[in-house]
Amino acid sequence: MTTLFAILFYTAFAVLLAGLGFKIAQFARTPAPLKIPTTPGPITTPGIAFRLGREAVLFESLFKSNKPLWIFAIIFHFGLFVVLARHLRYFQEPVWFWVGLVQPFGLYAGLAMVAGLGLLLLRRFVIDRVVYVTSPSDILMLLLLLGIGITGLGMTTLAHTDIIAVKAFFLGLMRFSIQPLPTDPALLVHLALVAVLMIVFPFSKLLHAPGLFFSPTRNQKDDPRERRHLSDWAAKLEAGRN
Amino acid sequence: MADIDVPVLGDPAEREIPAIHPGAMAGSKPYVAQAVHQEPLGFAGELPEDWQAKALGRMGDLLGRYRSLQVFMDICVKCGACTDKCHYFIGTGDPKNMPVARQDLFRSVYRRYFTPAGRALGAIGLGSLVGAKEFTRELLDEWFNYFHQCSQCRRCSVFCPYGIDTAEVSMAARDVMNHIGMGHKYANEIIGKVHKIGNNLGLPAPALLDTLEGLEEDVKDETGQDVKFPIDVEGAEVLLVTPSADFFAEPHVLGLIGYAKVFHAAGISWTLSTKASEAGNFGMFIGNYEQMRKISMRIREAAQELKVKRIVFGECGHAWRVAYSFLNTLAGPWDFLDPRYPVPQHILEVTDGLIKKGGIKLDKSGNDGMVLTVHDSCNVARASRMGDCPGGQFTIPRDVIKASVPKFVDMHPDTTHEKTFCCGGGGGLLTDELLDLRVKGAKPRMEALKDVIDREGVTHMAAMCAICKAQFTKILPIYGYDREMVVSVHQLVSNSILLGNND
Repeated sequence: MTTLFAILFYTAFAVLLAGLGFKIAQFARTPAPLKIPTTPGPITTPGIAFRLGREAVLFESLFKSNKPLWIFAIIFHFGLFVVLARHLRYFQEPVWFWVGLVQPFGLYAGLAMVAGLGLLLLRRFVIDRVVYVTSPSDILMLLLLLGIGITGLGMTTLAHTDIIAVKAFFLGLMRFSIQPLPTDPALLVHLALVAVLMIVFPFSKLLHAPGLFFSPTRNQKDDPRERRHLSDWAAKLEAGRN
Repeated sequence: MADIDVPVLGDPAEREIPAIHPGAMAGSKPYVAQAVHQEPLGFAGELPEDWQAKALGRMGDLLGRYRSLQVFMDICVKCGACTDKCHYFIGTGDPKNMPVARQDLFRSVYRRYFTPAGRALGAIGLGSLVGAKEFTRELLDEWFNYFHQCSQCRRCSVFCPYGIDTAEVSMAARDVMNHIGMGHKYANEIIGKVHKIGNNLGLPAPALLDTLEGLEEDVKDETGQDVKFPIDVEGAEVLLVTPSADFFAEPHVLGLIGYAKVFHAAGISWTLSTKASEAGNFGMFIGNYEQMRKISMRIREAAQELKVKRIVFGECGHAWRVAYSFLNTLAGPWDFLDPRYPVPQHILEVTDGLIKKGGIKLDKSGNDGMVLTVHDSCNVARASRMGDCPGGQFTIPRDVIKASVPKFVDMHPDTTHEKTFCCGGGGGLLTDELLDLRVKGAKPRMEALKDVIDREGVTHMAAMCAICKAQFTKILPIYGYDREMVVSVHQLVSNSILLGNND
């Protein structure tokens, strides 16, 4: 079982890294030939950083759009963020000071994450417009995250695992020295689902996380009259015709 | 018009969302362009046998050319935030008019043929698990119908947490369809006229000269002043590029008279151009960079030939987007023009500056009895700017209107500024065979207008876009209002400006 999970996590990590690297490179390399910021928008670079920051952290546009959805999304994403931060301690020795500080909030963050996911899942069965645009993969993605959250909470509250051994396993993976992984079912399900999540990330809508920063309507400055914007292919077109 | 079901107008504050009615607008589509309108633009004349391979090839090209398209295809999470934001969905209840569902017509093909998951699952018939679909003839027909039910107004992009802009997707879809011979007759016929005659309406130079002479006489009769409407005058300071509807349609032409009076009163020499007798650029509606550039280059050539120092655009929404956001890219650099002025300028920037500096004087009594509201045009509001600061596109038109009229009232804040609703006729949909869609799509705007008419006694709505003006002139009577309720912003300036001895 230890070997299987070691292979699984090496594979998942490689797929995540390569897949995400490929998509990010693709987003970055594809030219944006025209200035299309949604206006009114910032006219300076710090303004753009601030706009993207508000979108990434506060979900500003979603707040304008739909308050219940904004609340559900904030609950889920902030829960997830704290849970991820808390899990850092399984990958480091010694544990960073702030990671230590986060630990007591892990349970509440986990509960928030699962509650947020539950509400997001409920919407997909209740609101006729959302039902219409939902694919099976949208449901499966929520179930996958719910599975991870629930097994994680289970280990925090009901069926504790040998967390020292789990940490030794992951530190070992990072140092290419495989250590035995405990075999309680909750842990194995939890870890297997996490690996699945890492593998599907680059092939799925989870790309919204890096993608936001490449969205031309949000990351472009509103300065088309001041600075001439010309993509490579448009410049070639111009050179060929003039 | 018997088959148009005019929507019942509610209260804009309640933001009522319709229940979905699948297929409600499945039959709405414009005429398909004939070969005679396709081929001169370099597009296929008719749908070939291997249309699917050609369409997928063009999709691949566009995905490689436009970061917007590539990113937007990948990052939508189907959260539904956009689903109640499109005026065509609000007016029709057809779920394929929800921005995400409209995009999914394109995205399902993208997922099937351009993503590993869609290709793998699609090959064994399980594509629907990940929202991938075969590109069938039926789906292509849906593309044609529903990508011509999007006015590219970008309202959805304001509300999307990732800024996904359906306009980018509908432009790409229309470009793909043009390349396989499924063009939109109205748009492509008009682009043909621009290339052949110089403007969208196909108004030849002699007719244009005649019209302008007539306008000079009318203004002389009305004001006693020699207000000129110059055309092809070499060495003028300003080249005015304006939508061709300004030359004769009402209320557009009343706006043109306003521009002329402003230039006259401020002592700015100006000229129109027969070569660039059109501000509109339908190349944007069909998502074709080459066409958009070719149409824009007329303006550069006209400016060079006439040796002008500045370029000013008349009131037109999508034209202002192309002018403000794209012209520098498409037809720049503008180093041969006077660097003290932005290139190009909007006529409202010119007039607003003159009012604030005292270069022209207005007397509000010229518009006595009028209570104004303003319709923010989508392309002005969400795709461009006026002035030096973000949001100038909202304050400058309002400042000019307030300086011209005794009373001004804004409509419900969910329907103005960046949240403005399309008039229902933008994006190349201003054609008679789409009238039912246009009437239904105008519902949210008409609700907000009715609200200020009932509560505040609004008598007129100012618009700053040729398409908005034409659309409202047509649909206001269908909703039981007077067609003359819609006015040009510069019509109000025209009524109030002091000509002659104003020093």
